Amino acid sequence: MTTAVAPTISLPDEPGLLARFRWAVSDTLVIARRNLLVWARVPAYLVFTVIQPVMFVLMFRYVFGGAIHIPGRISYVDFLMPGIIGQTAAFATFATAIALAQELQKGVIDRLRSMPMARSAVLAGRLVADTGRMLVTILIVVGVGYAVSFRFQNGLVPAILMVVLAVVFGLAICLIAAFTGLAIKDEESVQAFGLIWLFPVTFLSSAFVPIQSMPGWLQAFANNQPVTYVINTMRALAIGGPIEANLWKSIACLAGIFIVFGPLAVRAYKRAS
Amino acid sequence: MTQENSGPGILVEGLTKSFGEVHALRGIDLVVPRGTVLGVLGPNGAGKTTAVRILTTLLLPDKGRALVDGRDVVRQAAAVRRSIGLSGQSAAIQEELTGRENLELIGRLFHLSRPESRIRAAQLLEQFDLVDAANRPAKTYSGGMQRRLDLAASLVGRPQVLFLDEPTTGLDPRSRLAMWDIIRSLAEGGTTLLLTTQYLDEADELADEIVVIDHGLVIAAGTAEELKNRVGGDVLEFTVPDRNRLSDAVSAIASVGEGEPHADKETGVVNVGVGGRGSDALIDAVRALDAAGVRTHGLALRRPSLDDVFLALTGHAAEEEEQNGKRRRGRRSKRDETKAKS
Repeated sequence: MTTAVAPTISLPDEPGLLARFRWAVSDTLVIARRNLLVWARVPAYLVFTVIQPVMFVLMFRYVFGGAIHIPGRISYVDFLMPGIIGQTAAFATFATAIALAQELQKGVIDRLRSMPMARSAVLAGRLVADTGRMLVTILIVVGVGYAVSFRFQNGLVPAILMVVLAVVFGLAICLIAAFTGLAIKDEESVQAFGLIWLFPVTFLSSAFVPIQSMPGWLQAFANNQPVTYVINTMRALAIGGPIEANLWKSIACLAGIFIVFGPLAVRAYKRAS
Repeated sequence: MTQENSGPGILVEGLTKSFGEVHALRGIDLVVPRGTVLGVLGPNGAGKTTAVRILTTLLLPDKGRALVDGRDVVRQAAAVRRSIGLSGQSAAIQEELTGRENLELIGRLFHLSRPESRIRAAQLLEQFDLVDAANRPAKTYSGGMQRRLDLAASLVGRPQVLFLDEPTTGLDPRSRLAMWDIIRSLAEGGTTLLLTTQYLDEADELADEIVVIDHGLVIAAGTAEELKNRVGGDVLEFTVPDRNRLSDAVSAIASVGEGEPHADKETGVVNVGVGGRGSDALIDAVRALDAAGVRTHGLALRRPSLDDVFLALTGHAAEEEEQNGKRRRGRRSKRDETKAKS
C-alpha cells in the first residue's frame, strides 16, 4: 500500500458567503453522486426502479388492456403510457423516503451534520440524485412503450415537455416522501405509509382507466385530484387534445405541494435526529 | 487547522436539556484538558448520548454553556464542526460503498481536494488495518471492522477533539480489545478524547479522568483510583449457592463490613466494603458465616472495581440497568430518546 510522503493536509479557513454557496453546491453534488452510486450497487433498488415499471407497462398493455375500453379512437397503449410514466415517477419516491429513514436510523445523517459541510446538502443531494434516477427510469419506460407500439403524436417539444412535467411531478412527490421519511424515521413504517397513500392516489386517477368507467362517487374524487390533472396534462402533451385547464390546475397543485412540503421536509430534516 | 486556542479541549458549565417531561441533563459541568481522555460513565438513559449530541452541535442545550476546542457549540457551531470528530454507537457508514469510498466521500465533504482525500483515505486504511478490505463494500465487513471504519471516518478531518459514543457497545471481546488499542494510540497522539461507556472496565482502562453520570447529573468525578478509594478500601465477596440463605448470610456479615452488604438475588453474590481491615475482616466473616451455618463459595478479598463504585454512589448496580440495555441496545435506545423528544 502507498505509505505516501504523508503531506500535511490543512482544512481551508472559514469561508465567506460566496465560498459557502460554492461549497453548498459542491457538497450537494458529492452527496448526489454517492446516492447514485449506492443505488447502482443494490440490485433490489434497480429492480424496484427499472424492472417494476417495465412490468407495469407490459401487464397493462397486454393483460388488463384488452378489457379496458377507451372512448374515441385512441388506442389503449397511447392512453396508458402517460399514466404509467406519471405513476412511475410517483412510485420512484418510495426509495427517497426509505433511504432517508435508513440514514437517520444508522446515524449517517448525524455524522454528516457534525461535519463542516453545508447542512442543506444532505437533502438537496438526495433530491438531485432522485431526480436523475427518475429521469433514467422514465426514459427506459418510454423506450419500452415504443417497443409495444406507443407513439408520441404531438411532436418533439410537447414530448419533451411531458417528460419534464413528469419529473417535476415526481420531485413534488419526492418532497412529500422526504418529509414522511424524516418524520416517521422507521423504514418499515415509511414503506407501509407510502403504500397507503400513493397507491390510492395514483390508481384512483385517470392514469390507467378512463374515469367515466368508475362509479359516480369515485369519479367525484378521481376527477378532482392533482394526479389526474397532471396525467391529463401529460396525456394531452403526448397524444394531443385540450390542455389548458389541466395545465393550470397541475401547476397550481404542484406549486402548492412545493410550497407546503418543501419547508416541511427541511424542518423535519433539521429536527431529525 | 490553526491552533491558537489554549484552554481546555472541552469545557462544559451547567448544561441542561429536557425532552418534554424527560430531564436528560440536569446541569452538568465537565473540563477536559487538552490531550487527555475523559471517560463518561453511566447506565443507559443517564444522559451520556444527549451530552455528546450537544457537544457535537447536533442538539441545542436548554441552558448552560459548552466550549469545544475553545469555541461555543451554539454560537460558533460551524467552527466547532471543523475541529471535532464523532463516532457513534452504530457504524454510520454507507454499507454499499467500499471502505475506501466511504473515507474518500468524507474527505470530499471536509472540502479536501480529490487527490488529498485519496491520500487521507489511504493513510487511514493503513492506520486501521483495513487495507486488505479497502475495496470491498462495507457491508461485507465484520462488526469490529465496521466500527474501525467508522472511527477512521471520524478522523478524516484530523479533529482536535474526538467524541466516541459507546465505541465498543455490541462488539465481541476480541474486537473490543483491538478498539481499546486504537483508542489508546489516538490518546497518545495528543487528541482530546471524550468517551462514553456503560462498561466500567473500559473507562478504567482508557480514561485519565472519569465522570459518573446518573439521571442527568454528574454524581462523581476523579481518576479511577480516586473513585475506587471512595468505596473505602477492599471488598469482601462470596457466593451463596442456596438462595434461601442469602438473607442469613447478609445479617451474619453485617457487623463485619463497614457499609451495608449488597446481595444480588439472581447470582447469589454478596459483597461488602471492609475498609482497611483486610484479612481481619476475612477471618471475622468466616467465623460469622460458620456460626450462622451458611455455606459459601469463593469467599475472597479484592480491590474494589468501578462496579463497586457505581453501587456505592447510586445505590444500584450498573449491571442491573446494563442488562436491560443489552436487550435493547444502541439503535433502539436512540429511538427511545427521539420518542421522548416529540
